Amino acid sequence: MMNLDLIFPEIFLSLAIMSLLMIGVFKKNSEKLVYNLSTIILVILLALVINLFSIDETFVFNESYKIDNLSIFMKSLIIMVAIFVMISSFSYVKSLNILKIEYPILILSSILGMMIMISSNDLIIFYLGLELQSLALYVLASFNRDNILSSESGLKYFVLSALSSGLLLYGCSLVYGFSGSTNFTTIATTSSNIEYGVTFGLVFIIVGLAFKISAVPFHMWAPDVYQGSPTSVTLFFSALPKAAALTVFIRFLYIPFVNLIEQWQTILIFISLASMLFGAIAAIGQLNLKRLIAYSSIGHMGYALAGLATGTNQGIQSSVTYISIYLVMTLAFFSCLFMLRKKSIFYEKIEDLSGLSSNHPILSISLLIVLFSLAGIPPLAGFFAKFYIFMAVIEQSMYFLAIVGLLSTVVAAFYYLRLIKIIYFDDPKGKFETDHYFGLKVTLAISTGILALYFIYPGILNELVSKIIII
Amino acid sequence: MNFPLLSSLIILPTIGAIFILFGRSSTNYNSAKYISLFITFTNFVLSLYLWYTFDKTNSDFQFVEERIWLEGFINYKVGIDGISILFIILTTFITFLCVISVNSTVQNRLKDFLLAILFMETMMIGVFCSLDLVIFYLFFEAGLIPMFLIIGIWGGQRRVYSAFKFFLYTLLGSVLMLVAIISIYWMTGTTDVIELYQIGIDPRYQNLLWLAFFSSFAVKTPMWPVHTWLPDAHVEAPTVGSVLLAAILLKMAGYGFIRFSVGLFPIASEYFVPLVFGLSLIAILYTSFVALMQEDMKKLIAYSSVAHMGFVTMGIFTMTSQGIEGSIFQMISHGIISAALFLCVGVVYERMHTREINKYGGIISVMPRYAVVFMVFTLGALGLPGTTGFIGEFLILLGTFKVNFLVATIASIGVILGAAYMLWLYRRVVFGEIKNPEVNKLTDLNRSEMLILSTLAFVSILFGFYPDPLISTTSASVEGLIELFTTNIKIYTASNL
Repeated sequence: MMNLDLIFPEIFLSLAIMSLLMIGVFKKNSEKLVYNLSTIILVILLALVINLFSIDETFVFNESYKIDNLSIFMKSLIIMVAIFVMISSFSYVKSLNILKIEYPILILSSILGMMIMISSNDLIIFYLGLELQSLALYVLASFNRDNILSSESGLKYFVLSALSSGLLLYGCSLVYGFSGSTNFTTIATTSSNIEYGVTFGLVFIIVGLAFKISAVPFHMWAPDVYQGSPTSVTLFFSALPKAAALTVFIRFLYIPFVNLIEQWQTILIFISLASMLFGAIAAIGQLNLKRLIAYSSIGHMGYALAGLATGTNQGIQSSVTYISIYLVMTLAFFSCLFMLRKKSIFYEKIEDLSGLSSNHPILSISLLIVLFSLAGIPPLAGFFAKFYIFMAVIEQSMYFLAIVGLLSTVVAAFYYLRLIKIIYFDDPKGKFETDHYFGLKVTLAISTGILALYFIYPGILNELVSKIIII
Repeated sequence: MNFPLLSSLIILPTIGAIFILFGRSSTNYNSAKYISLFITFTNFVLSLYLWYTFDKTNSDFQFVEERIWLEGFINYKVGIDGISILFIILTTFITFLCVISVNSTVQNRLKDFLLAILFMETMMIGVFCSLDLVIFYLFFEAGLIPMFLIIGIWGGQRRVYSAFKFFLYTLLGSVLMLVAIISIYWMTGTTDVIELYQIGIDPRYQNLLWLAFFSSFAVKTPMWPVHTWLPDAHVEAPTVGSVLLAAILLKMAGYGFIRFSVGLFPIASEYFVPLVFGLSLIAILYTSFVALMQEDMKKLIAYSSVAHMGFVTMGIFTMTSQGIEGSIFQMISHGIISAALFLCVGVVYERMHTREINKYGGIISVMPRYAVVFMVFTLGALGLPGTTGFIGEFLILLGTFKVNFLVATIASIGVILGAAYMLWLYRRVVFGEIKNPEVNKLTDLNRSEMLILSTLAFVSILFGFYPDPLISTTSASVEGLIELFTTNIKIYTASNL
């Protein structure tokens, strides 16, 4: 049975993208209009998606598309963050002269791709969504085409990502070949008698997905791409595709391959440990804030994967919580980055932060909150994110993972502390401009507010997340 | 439901901090100062009221508040018994004095400094009140942030190194405690301390869990060999930072030992007594010798803190009522005396800008009043009868003699060494000839310094002669704890026969 109102958000978004394209092409100087319209479209989209919340698990299109609490939660999260990304980066995009009509349209199509990925219950639909998302991202990475770093990062991202898509596709074809179906639910029933072919396919798929969320050892692209892309795109990169890819991770591991848990659990534990440790250690020597956040996001993905490695609902929920809080932290951190502006040049070196606290007390205290939250120090939100992960991990008696993970938070705390030291203990270097775009201020205030006050009532997120039940 | 007295104690400083943060007075700090004075004074009065209404004959937790925090999982639960109430009063008292003394000791960014102190007070009171392991951990760790900033922003020359060392050492220690707390949750289904006292924890896992908690408390106490962060942090921290660190932060660990290590893991505590005694003895003797060799006044007092805390840990693990009550008394006494000593060092440091002992000498002729108060605290630190220091050490040694004669004898040597380094410090700083011409320019204590130091001296002597109010407050709860401990041990040994 076709139930089109369930996928109405996707249909609405596709139509909106096309009409925006028309407006952009036929109306002269409509960049700003298109940008604002796409923000409004995202708000409407958010309302449409939230409208579906707490619906029973439903399939559309011959069981190849799935609407459940996980997909609705992740979609609303992604759209909500995307709205703030659009609002906060407007002034940046404008002053970098990359405000073209394609920019918001590419972002919207990438979000459409993510929505399809998140809801997919079929290998082909999944791949379709993934490619739609990635193709938009390749272009966005090199959007500042006069800048050689940006072009390089776009190319690098394209080549490496295409490689990983190839691996993923190869894995999908193996799975299809050995199980005889592309549908996740059917694969789950046929793969119970272990076929080595399916296991091979599983490994390739995990590799491809680990690449998309930049987990070690498939992280090499992240620092260069993060540094080279325009900061607004870096914000987009480091937040949304990761949330989408993590959802797909959950889907793959817990629906088609749930019977192969013994095979993938070891791989996931390794990836997770390696990401946490590498992210913590490699970030110590960085001089560029965007590069630093790239390594830190590698580490954070390690924690999110640790939750998935448990194989329990509690683990999935903790990962979803983790990624939600991580998105807020990323948003807050980049909002601070957008504020480091002097004569329409944006500063992104660590040393530029020197002595920030004496001239910009409010900005520094926001950065302080964000950095301590990223380091996972209570009572900030980042601590709770890690706390839930370790709750789930220790429930399964995976003490090694828990202890190494917590020790790597201590290592990671070092480089966050180093940033705080530079902001608070060092001598001031110069003033930045303080006349910021209103949307940017609002974004910063809301995101740091959430991080700082989360501890008062942490139950809100928990209640929502506890509705996500996969197995 | 009654008025949530404990929660208001916890939240008041934060409210004050928020007022200061958003009050726009960038040039004039007076409003910030008055707000924090008012808040800390109110808190002090509230805590005294708490003591007044507290039922001393009851060993149960009182003023218990419970609120749902994470549905069906963790509740926000605070409450006090005879053990924790004294620490709360100590906290509010010392913080109030710190805010008064901030006036003269901190020059730049006073507003931020007051903010940090107020946040710190919230965290410290929270630690002593919380009756849920997760809430305890939250407060315990969150206190690192303001202290890190206090050392780092207002500290001395090597402040960055010391701040990092302080933060990373304590964080590393606490991480294992978090693992233990979560494990306890999955074993028993709760992190509520009162419930855990009743349920008890499976003896098979107690040793590992005890070690995990120990790793955190040992760093914070600090015990030998993880004490090295303390001298650095003390030396580089501003005077008020040192005072807070010595007077209250170190007590969190001692409190943690009593409340959690002994209370939750009695069998493991019994098992690890030799370890704690050994480390305490090393701390007492070794750091006393190290203190003898110090050229820096603050460093000397910092090492003496390690030695004094060695007595505390030893007293706790005697598991006798004398030992534990003595430890609590010793912690309160050390809180007052070490705070005063750091303030005394701060007084001369501000005038001379050096802490080197050799640069001083003969200041009795220029600062007679200073010499008197400094003497009171020196004698207090070496445990002269008539000061609080004596009662704490005496009770601890009494308890230890009951349990282990050899350990007590060796620890007594520490008392002599303590007298040696403190008296030598006093002689070199206060008596002798004036060699340094700078000393002649010193001025005696001003009014606010005199007020703070004489208050502390008064408290120290008062409870030295009349310790009963403190002892009677703690005794019922300590007896309750020891009873819990002995019944647990009895059940365990009976089940193993």
